[in-house]
Amino acid sequence: MAQLSNEDILKLARLARLGVTDEEVEEYKTELNAILGYVDLLADVDVTGLEPTSQVTGLTNVTRPDIVKQYDYQTSDLLKNVPNVENNLIKVKRMIG
Amino acid sequence: MAWDSIATIASKVKAGEITATDLVEQSLKTISDKSSFNAIIATVEDRARERAAQIDAAIAAGEPVGRLAGVPFIAKDNFLVFGGETTAASNILRGFEAPYQSTAINRLEAEGAICVAKANLDAFAHGSSTENSDFFTTQNPHDETRVPGGSSGGSAASVVLDLAPFALGTDTGGSIRLPASFTGCVGYKPTYGLVSRSGVVAMASSTDVIGPITKSVEDAAIVLDVMAGKDELDSTTIEKDGQGYVIDNQGLLSGKKVGVIKEYMGEGLNPAVKENITKAIEAMKAAGAEVSEVSLPSLPLALAVYYIVCPAEVSSNLSRYDGQRYGHAKQDAADLNDSYTGSREVGFGKEAKRRIMIGTYVLSSGYYDAYYRKAQTVRTKLINEFAAAFEQYDVLVGPTAPDIAFKIGENAEDPLQMYLTDIMTVAVNLVGVPAVSIPAGTVDDMPVGFQIIGKQRSDRELLALAAQTEAIL
Repeated sequence: MAQLSNEDILKLARLARLGVTDEEVEEYKTELNAILGYVDLLADVDVTGLEPTSQVTGLTNVTRPDIVKQYDYQTSDLLKNVPNVENNLIKVKRMIG
Repeated sequence: MAWDSIATIASKVKAGEITATDLVEQSLKTISDKSSFNAIIATVEDRARERAAQIDAAIAAGEPVGRLAGVPFIAKDNFLVFGGETTAASNILRGFEAPYQSTAINRLEAEGAICVAKANLDAFAHGSSTENSDFFTTQNPHDETRVPGGSSGGSAASVVLDLAPFALGTDTGGSIRLPASFTGCVGYKPTYGLVSRSGVVAMASSTDVIGPITKSVEDAAIVLDVMAGKDELDSTTIEKDGQGYVIDNQGLLSGKKVGVIKEYMGEGLNPAVKENITKAIEAMKAAGAEVSEVSLPSLPLALAVYYIVCPAEVSSNLSRYDGQRYGHAKQDAADLNDSYTGSREVGFGKEAKRRIMIGTYVLSSGYYDAYYRKAQTVRTKLINEFAAAFEQYDVLVGPTAPDIAFKIGENAEDPLQMYLTDIMTVAVNLVGVPAVSIPAGTVDDMPVGFQIIGKQRSDRELLALAAQTEAIL
């Protein structure tokens, strides 16, 4: 049965790129442990011979023609929500080095 | 002032008896008059008036107009719509203006329907009460101290408050059916894949579904008929029924095999609500349906499966909100990681963060098999049990929710308690079958919802049968 520690919560927050404050860590730990305790219900369920479901439509390999379509958008429409734009480019922090 | 049926409104507009502009004004005025219920985040009035004027001009010029020309509607604020913001009721999307519209909205607009406003929801659709909205809570139209249900609480309240003839919602774990049950209207969840998810803020991609919330089953069928069918922009969409969904002949209840779900009628169901449900079942029997009890023994596992699969998919779908291309961005971040973390820390509310963390945990190395893979396999068990039940029965029935709408704040401190509200709705999402909640009387003056579930792709038959049931309740 899962029993997350404070370190576990901080690790999860890091993996998910979520900032959490020290008070929040305690709160989330309690809540997550309660939820994970509930879902532990599945631990003893017998699933012999069954495959996991990934989608329920039964569709496979849905394709469309690889052709270029003209859309009515200006670059400015598409960039209007970007927090930091420079020269029509999306500006981000340095990733390498 | 109550609206006519959608078909009646559309024919009055075409006949020139009423203008689209008048209808839009009626909607906007009612929205303003009923603002204390907080169903609406924002109107898109400029664009709505513009489109109404275009439609009125076309009609005056004798040009052909769509099937829903002039009919106003309200969209849950997780639908991308032009003319205003799309926020998903989250701080992280405040100010976001959609550069494209959802396919569902485009199809409705192509038939002349007019979106007038965006409805409140639990942020990112995470919730069962609309209390998780980052902005404000919506009040239940029948009792201002109670929740309207969620996550499409604003949409359901809008319909019951007569803000518009219909509203759009999304249903990932019950979010159309539950608020319909709590507020006393019709909430229709189509077969997964029947309506395109393109342009709707993603929550759990393997269960998310778009559907109508209306006053009647007949109206729901019309709206579905316009939206349904394959979409190149969503490769999980399925073909529309060749005969469409508009109800042209009342499905006869006589001879229909109705299975009452044993696991939904037992412990946990408010006995007073059970009485209403039993009455509805008796009415179906009196109309000639063959009713018997059916057991789906894995149903008690459905909520656990859902609260593993759904957060897992949520954690993936919400990773795009990183402060780089849209949405709230931390200014003067120290580095890339600080930019990501700082944007997401402030932008996301508690429930979003909870679900992201649970999802991250169940998908992480060392836990993936025990949690996510196991849950997806138990999901197969549920799918098989439903399929077996549908060999014997035409539809399965039961309550939509274990109780009437709870008080605002009652479940807010205990996330797990809140999740239990979904206990009768989530299995349907995991399996992908269609289901509808229709009003079935009241308990303590609060609405009760009766749930009818059909087999995969049986939307046409389900809607007809639901309309027949609605008529006798």
